Amino acid sequence: MATPKPRVKLPKKAKAGETIVIKTLISHEMESGQRKDKEGKVIPREIINKFTCEFNGKPVFACDMEPAISANPYFEFNAKVSESGKFKFTWVDDNGSVYTDEAAIEVS
Amino acid sequence: MTFNRRQLFLLSAGVALAGAGGLTAAPARAEASATDKRISDFAGGKEPGTGKITLAAPEIAENGNTVPISVKVDSKMDGDDMVDSVMIVADGNPNPEVATFHFTAMSGAAEATTRMRLAKTQNVIAVAKMADGSVYMDKKEVKVTIGGCGG
Repeated sequence: MATPKPRVKLPKKAKAGETIVIKTLISHEMESGQRKDKEGKVIPREIINKFTCEFNGKPVFACDMEPAISANPYFEFNAKVSESGKFKFTWVDDNGSVYTDEAAIEVS
Repeated sequence: MTFNRRQLFLLSAGVALAGAGGLTAAPARAEASATDKRISDFAGGKEPGTGKITLAAPEIAENGNTVPISVKVDSKMDGDDMVDSVMIVADGNPNPEVATFHFTAMSGAAEATTRMRLAKTQNVIAVAKMADGSVYMDKKEVKVTIGGCGG
């Protein structure tokens, strides 16, 4: 499987105290552990089990995922920004890998 | 109090019937109880109320592999009026758990959208736990044309 590629979409600028919408997507098979291969053997589970979003080091939103989340997990959520800074997004894989992405926002 | 033979017979028959009834009723509940147990564990044993939380899901999902769902909880997300977390469960999937969203004061609004898998036509349930411990629930039935746990 190719290395999961995270994608994040959020406004570059916002007013102080504004609630913005953030959209995230990461390419990942999200193998559920329910499917079988041609020989009838169960393909072992391998999903991203946790997603977190932080702003300037403080938690904004998090999600615990189960195999019932679709491939290429997508999230849309809100964040209230009061100062300029950086969002950090983290995805944790069952295999221990951690994928991250960052995005800056200018708040006036 | 003493029993004569006839009363004793009636009594034992009654006990036997009650026992048999309990046994046959148990397996029928098994499927629903896994979901109910998840909800009551999450709710900390509280009976979830209605209102406040809205779960949006399509009435008919053609492809069970990606079913868009969103939850919205009516809350100011400030001070005491705060949503701690929202759990999504689906009662007809191999495992009822779907996802749990965790919100903070910096979330601004308790809203989230994602895409989920549904194995067959079933109920999707969202349970919100507020910071003060109260629990709210919403439920939507989604009809699935092609199941999404393919094997």
